[in-house]
Amino acid sequence: MAGKTLYDKLFDSHVVRMEKDGTALLYIDRHLVHEVTSPQAFEGLRLANRKPWRTDTTLAVPDHNVPTVPSERAAGITDAVAKIQVETLEKNTKEFGITQFAMNDIRQGIVHVIGPEQGATLPGMTLVCGDSHTATHGAFGSMAFGIGTSEVEHVLATQCLLQKKMSNMRINVEGELGAGVTAKDIVLAVIGEIGTAGGNGYAIEFAGSAIRNLSMEGRMTICNMAIEAGARVGLVAVDQTTIDYVEGRPYSPKGDNWDNAVAAWFDLHSDDDAIFDNELTLKAESISPQVTWGTSPEMVVSIGEKVPDPANETDAVKSDGMQKALKYMGLEAGTPIDTISIDKVFIGSCTNSRLEDLQEVADIIKGRKVAANVKLAMIVPGSGLIKQQAEKAGLDKLFTDAGFEWREPGCSMCLAMNADKLEPGERCASTSNRNFEGRQGQGGRTHLVSPAMAAAAAIAGHFVDVRDF
Amino acid sequence: MKKFRIVTGVVAPMDRPNVDTDAIIPKQYLKSIKRSGFGPNAFDDWRYLDPGAPDIENSSRRINPDFVLNQSPYDQANILIARENFGCGSSREHAVWALDDFGFRAIIAPGFADIFFNNSFKNGLLPIVLDAEVVNEIFEKIAAKSGYEITVDLTNQKVVTEDGDEYPFEVDAFRKHCLLNGLDDISLTLQHADEIRAYEEKTKQSAPWLFS
Repeated sequence: MAGKTLYDKLFDSHVVRMEKDGTALLYIDRHLVHEVTSPQAFEGLRLANRKPWRTDTTLAVPDHNVPTVPSERAAGITDAVAKIQVETLEKNTKEFGITQFAMNDIRQGIVHVIGPEQGATLPGMTLVCGDSHTATHGAFGSMAFGIGTSEVEHVLATQCLLQKKMSNMRINVEGELGAGVTAKDIVLAVIGEIGTAGGNGYAIEFAGSAIRNLSMEGRMTICNMAIEAGARVGLVAVDQTTIDYVEGRPYSPKGDNWDNAVAAWFDLHSDDDAIFDNELTLKAESISPQVTWGTSPEMVVSIGEKVPDPANETDAVKSDGMQKALKYMGLEAGTPIDTISIDKVFIGSCTNSRLEDLQEVADIIKGRKVAANVKLAMIVPGSGLIKQQAEKAGLDKLFTDAGFEWREPGCSMCLAMNADKLEPGERCASTSNRNFEGRQGQGGRTHLVSPAMAAAAAIAGHFVDVRDF
Repeated sequence: MKKFRIVTGVVAPMDRPNVDTDAIIPKQYLKSIKRSGFGPNAFDDWRYLDPGAPDIENSSRRINPDFVLNQSPYDQANILIARENFGCGSSREHAVWALDDFGFRAIIAPGFADIFFNNSFKNGLLPIVLDAEVVNEIFEKIAAKSGYEITVDLTNQKVVTEDGDEYPFEVDAFRKHCLLNGLDDISLTLQHADEIRAYEEKTKQSAPWLFS
């Protein structure tokens, strides 16, 4: 019998029972909750007179709606509808006995940043959250995926979910990344290769020497965007880098529990003879800094390239999609990417708001100034603790001296639920994960890039190859 | 949950691949703490010419006459057809609530994003995967005859067109059973409470750090 993939191991070890058609009742070890996708789930519990199955393993935090301007943060939320939603999370977590890191708690931050930061994300776990970017946590060799609100209610009520096993895909990135090329560029290149539907129905394991050489931060960036390739689950096998990151965090196991856990976690990798339904290998050396040009993350090219021409696309549906995208983005086919000028810069989101990302930005902008044509360049740290660490290292001073705004933690302009948004027609270099129409504000035009590329674009006023910077 | 057996009606053509859930229901409407009332803002950016927000009356906004769901008879359609990878992006179940609230009972596409697909079943909205060629044929039939109708028969797992063409589709036995009978899956899961407890007891021995 062939060996097991990492995904198979995680799935199989969490099956409570199996239906005849292959639908498993799967046990969920950790449930992360935020304010936007949970109110209807808690209301559902109340209406059915149900209690949460377990409260000790659920962790809640408001992140999507919170203001990021420090003075507004201190004064409280002014948007009445957003305020009710954040207050509802507070009320629901109190009523049901669930731990919440409130808006002004130093531990507050983007749900996918604080889980790992607190050690609440552990290898071998099943972890869910009512948010598609839950795939982030798969960087720890845990099976993590986004769910809808009905499933949030299901997990609250039963600590389980009904799931069918997905297929297995492995993406190997072998070799050494060039200078100025980051985890973000790897994942954008992968999405460019397999398309936004390429991972539908799959759990994707990222492997190969270039992945193993990444920090946990880089691995999180890659797993985070597995969903942009269509895969609910992104995974990286556990190694010493994983263990070193997890050790000593508030929620990580201690004492004998730690030793036993580490021993068990070292089995969290695909067996040598495991069979994948689909496998793809990329050479790290061939990956350049990436920039998206359209309204889907698969519409991506290298910085040295031009905006593609729909006339060269033979698939009629794709060609039509490209034309619609160019119209929305206000771009002409054939335009060199490095001539596209920008209005705003957003550095943040669950993809790229960790300390390593901020350090990358600082290295680029040190001693330089944001270009005059850039109306707003903002940096939004992923959590209060990251903000604190960045300030301790003096990064905030570098940022503000260069002309960046230094904000309070939250999802911010990744999805623009709060006041941070693009105006119609504005073009943004963004370290977030989605360039959909209207994602960062109605009529806004998003180009996805790495933190280093966003920083370089902020200084140049247009996209530029960070390797020449 | 609403039962689903047979639905007949007009199919609205949304000729785009990768229709994402941000497009189906933009972020400003996610601040609601309710499950209902999203229908008037389904596809908000495409449907209206003026920007929208929770505190803006939709009746005061100019309608985009070029958008398919603003055109008769598609403003009354109960089935939607689109291209590849429908429902991609954000996990927001609000997208399904908005489609349901608009009046859709079924969506046909060559493929769906996994989370959207799952969310649909939880709300009695049936996502149907048909081959890209078949989807293309249906698009052509709609182009030739506005108001083209089809029947979705879940019991027999087939789509039947106005012309009598029949296309079978796949659906998981468990999901089909839940949809046909309008079952609440939390109640079904809680019938297995003893097994969940037994799993927990076993795991407390093998991985105690998950319970400390």
